[in-house]
Amino acid sequence: MELLKTDGVSKVFGGLKAVSNFDIEINEGELIGLIGPNGAGKTTAFNLLTGVYQPTTGTIDFAGKSLVGLKPYQITSRGIARTFQNIRLFSELTVLDNVKIAYDSHAKYSLVESVLRLGRYFKEEDEITKKSLELLKIFKLEDKAYEVAKNLPYGAQRRLEIARALATKPKLLLLDEPAAGMNPQETQELMEMIRWIRKEFGLSILLIEHDMSLVMGICERIYVLEYGCIIASGTPEEIQKNPEVIKAYLGGEV
Amino acid sequence: MDFFEQLIQQLINGISLGSIYALIALGYTMVYGIIKLINFAHGDIYMVGAYVGFYAVTMTKMSIIPALIISMVVTGLLGILVEKIAYKPLRKAPRISLLITAIGVSFFLEYTSMYFVSPTPRTFPNVIDSLSLNIGSFVINGQQLLIFIITVILMVLLTYIVQKTKMGKAMRAVSFDTETAQLMGINADRVISFTFGIGSALAAAGGVLVGVYYNSIDPLMGIMPGLKAFVAAVLGGIGSIPGAMTGGIVLGVIEALVSGFISSTFRDAAAFAILILVLLFKPSGIFGKNTNEKV
Repeated sequence: MELLKTDGVSKVFGGLKAVSNFDIEINEGELIGLIGPNGAGKTTAFNLLTGVYQPTTGTIDFAGKSLVGLKPYQITSRGIARTFQNIRLFSELTVLDNVKIAYDSHAKYSLVESVLRLGRYFKEEDEITKKSLELLKIFKLEDKAYEVAKNLPYGAQRRLEIARALATKPKLLLLDEPAAGMNPQETQELMEMIRWIRKEFGLSILLIEHDMSLVMGICERIYVLEYGCIIASGTPEEIQKNPEVIKAYLGGEV
Repeated sequence: MDFFEQLIQQLINGISLGSIYALIALGYTMVYGIIKLINFAHGDIYMVGAYVGFYAVTMTKMSIIPALIISMVVTGLLGILVEKIAYKPLRKAPRISLLITAIGVSFFLEYTSMYFVSPTPRTFPNVIDSLSLNIGSFVINGQQLLIFIITVILMVLLTYIVQKTKMGKAMRAVSFDTETAQLMGINADRVISFTFGIGSALAAAGGVLVGVYYNSIDPLMGIMPGLKAFVAAVLGGIGSIPGAMTGGIVLGVIEALVSGFISSTFRDAAAFAILILVLLFKPSGIFGKNTNEKV
């Protein structure tokens, strides 16, 4: 069943078209790759899907409803979460608080209930803490729960960012270069983790990545972006043989 | 009264005055922490709070605590309204535009208040029995006791809200990174409005307590305490809540000591001398962190 569909999406900054006719479809449970050279517009595409930017033209439908005009927090509550190319944790907060903040968007207690310390406040806070610790355990971060996030090693910060995104209870997870800065062993572990996340959480995943072994190894379908336009889409095998893609990456005549 | 006794008495007076600076400074520091705006209209919000408290006491004959609560609620709503009308449309504008707007809002509040309540100072009714606590030769009067108690309660409550509630966690998240916070499902507009509301409510409490302490209020009463509370926020480390609390108390104590041992005419100069010294030697303040800016 179709989860996300974009139609004729473009984004113009001044006179520059950062994204043009960005058309993709993602079905429930799919693991999709979005690749392209530096500056192709991949992160801009993510920013359009998450409401950071509003499209200049085109439509974005998620679970049958339009996302155009919604603010980022509203899109998150609809079920889209993301990580960032450059890690953007709440660095001065604890690892646990980073995850709890994401879970808090689902908490129902009011400020008055929390100040007066009524029953629902304790019940929900305990539940959020419990769920957050469970999530940290999955990502092998439970022993670091009360450490300040900026003190974590790089790989652990990456895992925390994914854990935090999952705490918003998404249907679609957008991963922006999750393997950036990782060594081959960490990349291999990440690949397994992404597969496991999809299966365990029943998510669709859209992945931007420069590491071709990772993309080709886990994605079912791949979209290729160049100069803001989708130039090819298909299975990893089809993409590897596509002359347009080879030209975009190698820059020569085929 | 020997030197030591006078010192203790001035410390008591200073903590009392500093508590009020701290309440006002919290509004500056919280708003700065969230949207990097020095809200120079904040002193006038404090003035409005004093007037709301004054009318609550004089017109309805209510006691000080209900009047304080009403003042905090009304002024909190005013703070939210000011943010919505004056600051929200300029959120993506250059910082200088916001600063100029804040000064404009300040004048608007001052002169609108003058129009409606007249420029004449009002005498705040005596709402506390003239009880005083005598510890040896030191005197803590009823007003000072009230200021201590109310300030401690409000600061504990604020710390609890910021540290233990989802709104508090959202405030901290937005202050670190607004865009990321929104992508975690946080409504940043609501958080910013709430921050203005809380900051304004605390300033209102300060305004009512000043009315009780000095028995006099007027439409321009917010100018000097507003500036001094800004000094307190910078001294403590702008953006830091413990910093605002500490900065307020430290500034109040320094002012009281200068008044008591040098000259009361030099009191205001001392406050601004502190600002200059802090900016020269520790611009990040007591609790602030030095940040490197990439150029």
